[in-house]
Amino acid sequence: MIGDFIDGPLWYLSLTVFLLGVVWRLVAILRVGVAPDFSTARHGGAGGALRTLFTRSLPRRPVFTRGKVQLIAGYMFHLGLFALLFLAQPHVEFISERITGFGWVTLPHWGFILAAEVAFAGLLLLLLYRLMNPVTRLISDTGDYTASLLVFLVMLSGCLALAQAYEGLRLLHLLLAELLLIYFPFSTLMHAFTFAISRGYTGAAMARKGVNA
Amino acid sequence: MSDRIEQARAELRSQIDAKVSSYFSSCIHCGLCAEACHFHVETGDPRYTPIYKLEPMRKLWRSEHTLSGRFSKLLGRSTELSEQDFADWEELVYDSCNLCGRCSMVCPVGIDIAYMLRKQREAFNLSGYTPEGMRNALQRTLTTGSPMGVTLKTLQATLAHVEKASGLTIPIDRQGADFMALFSSMEVVNFPEYIASVARIFDTAGVSWTISSEAFEATNAGIQIGSREGAKEIVSRAVNAAEKLGVNYLISPECGHAYTAIRWEGPNLIGRRYRFEVIHILELLDQLMREGRIRFNGKSDTPMTLHDPCQIVRRGGVIKAPRNLLHQVASGFVETTDHGSMNWCCGGGGGVSANERAEALRLKVFGRKKKQFEESGVDTVVTACANCRIVLEEGLEHYEMDTEVIGLTELVAEYLEQGAD
Repeated sequence: MIGDFIDGPLWYLSLTVFLLGVVWRLVAILRVGVAPDFSTARHGGAGGALRTLFTRSLPRRPVFTRGKVQLIAGYMFHLGLFALLFLAQPHVEFISERITGFGWVTLPHWGFILAAEVAFAGLLLLLLYRLMNPVTRLISDTGDYTASLLVFLVMLSGCLALAQAYEGLRLLHLLLAELLLIYFPFSTLMHAFTFAISRGYTGAAMARKGVNA
Repeated sequence: MSDRIEQARAELRSQIDAKVSSYFSSCIHCGLCAEACHFHVETGDPRYTPIYKLEPMRKLWRSEHTLSGRFSKLLGRSTELSEQDFADWEELVYDSCNLCGRCSMVCPVGIDIAYMLRKQREAFNLSGYTPEGMRNALQRTLTTGSPMGVTLKTLQATLAHVEKASGLTIPIDRQGADFMALFSSMEVVNFPEYIASVARIFDTAGVSWTISSEAFEATNAGIQIGSREGAKEIVSRAVNAAEKLGVNYLISPECGHAYTAIRWEGPNLIGRRYRFEVIHILELLDQLMREGRIRFNGKSDTPMTLHDPCQIVRRGGVIKAPRNLLHQVASGFVETTDHGSMNWCCGGGGGVSANERAEALRLKVFGRKKKQFEESGVDTVVTACANCRIVLEEGLEHYEMDTEVIGLTELVAEYLEQGAD
């Protein structure tokens, strides 16, 4: 009974909240607009926006030297998570069955384990850093910890459900993923989408001035 | 809540545009910006984390632009941005931020923290929580025309000395000249040799130029404190004078924030494009050099490095011109680590040098420049901003360093070949 609810209505509800919530947040940001810039630009902003969209994925040397832990842990977590999310066989099958209607190449079992270990290590390192470093401890709020905890639980339940031997574990994983989807648009997890806007704005503004941001 | 705090809140609300909203939505509180800020790096104080300095603005954004904030407000669980917030953050907003934008260059999600801090200062200015030194500088500029109280008579006295020493005539109010030059008070009072150098170079290159008796001051204390009205008034004086004289170009002096004010913020402050172009003095010298209108006679073989003023380079885009010029006049030029758009600020930008109570902190964080200069292994630093120059000299003296600071325009003039055509 509960399983049917998690597998059916709650999935569609969470997906709907996620999609509408994300669109609502993006529209809410963009509709405020930005005042026109009357200064004479050195270069067009579009190229700079596009360049910064990609270049900010790589750290500048000075900050890499000083922020190694956050950067390395951040790469580990994000790369591992993307590999799990989009290349794990159960996920590809789920997405193919429920959303796209087609699948794609998946990670072998050892690849899944490796991605999971990298993602877990990255997430735990980031969480530990957040708790122990005076700067991140000062600037973090409950939303940061809630998001980290929720993502951790989703990943943990996913690993436990990997064998697909226990239906309960699969449902628990799905339930947690659905909660994450519902929480997503109203949390800092939105950075997964808004980073493109913020990088774009900054890249464009700096490119107008002739600075490669 | 007092009227001024209500006005400050309304101002802060109006400053939240799509950029600000996307920036706060993207911030994951990773703390990397702290690693780029000399105030944090040198003191280790987490309160100097750049994004933390924006907490008042974030508080307002969160309560009015997010679902959780609105929900908390409905439940009566959120607190309004209060006068105490302005009081508590004043030091972080003014004393420990140079608006240098180094943090904006390293944020992994691309947040331009300096852009937001500049906006937040508009609200702080209305709240009344501003440093006395910066308030006085703005007031003096609005009443006398200069943050240092330099009047037309002071300028004329300086120009008379320059003319006597150089034998040149410095044109004032020449209608239809090609270029109109602005200066900063510090150049007039502390570094008149800058004005003499400009006059010599322009004479050699045959530049048609003038100074306006109605507007010669380029520094803009309104930009620094966050007074849109004040900044607009100061910019308008220069714009009106340039348009009245019918010049094609307005020359920004070396001064960094003056360049930001007149080149990038000015048109937006007055709400329209100018009827002339703004060019930084270094861009103009580079252009004259490339056109063959100035040539050089020899080079300095003194080992020297360059301090990139933040507002000219990182926030202004004048990156290659100073290097092109230096390579022509200095054979011993070496770059510092973290140069160009990643250079460390001198610590005096954003009005901090006009803020007396921030002096001890400013000198402490100068430790970063000290290390940078020591690593470069040279004893001469070239820069292109009168404010940076004063702040560097004070810092070097404080740390008892035997390092000389020289202005780039003066160095160019020193090796100028007379009679080039």
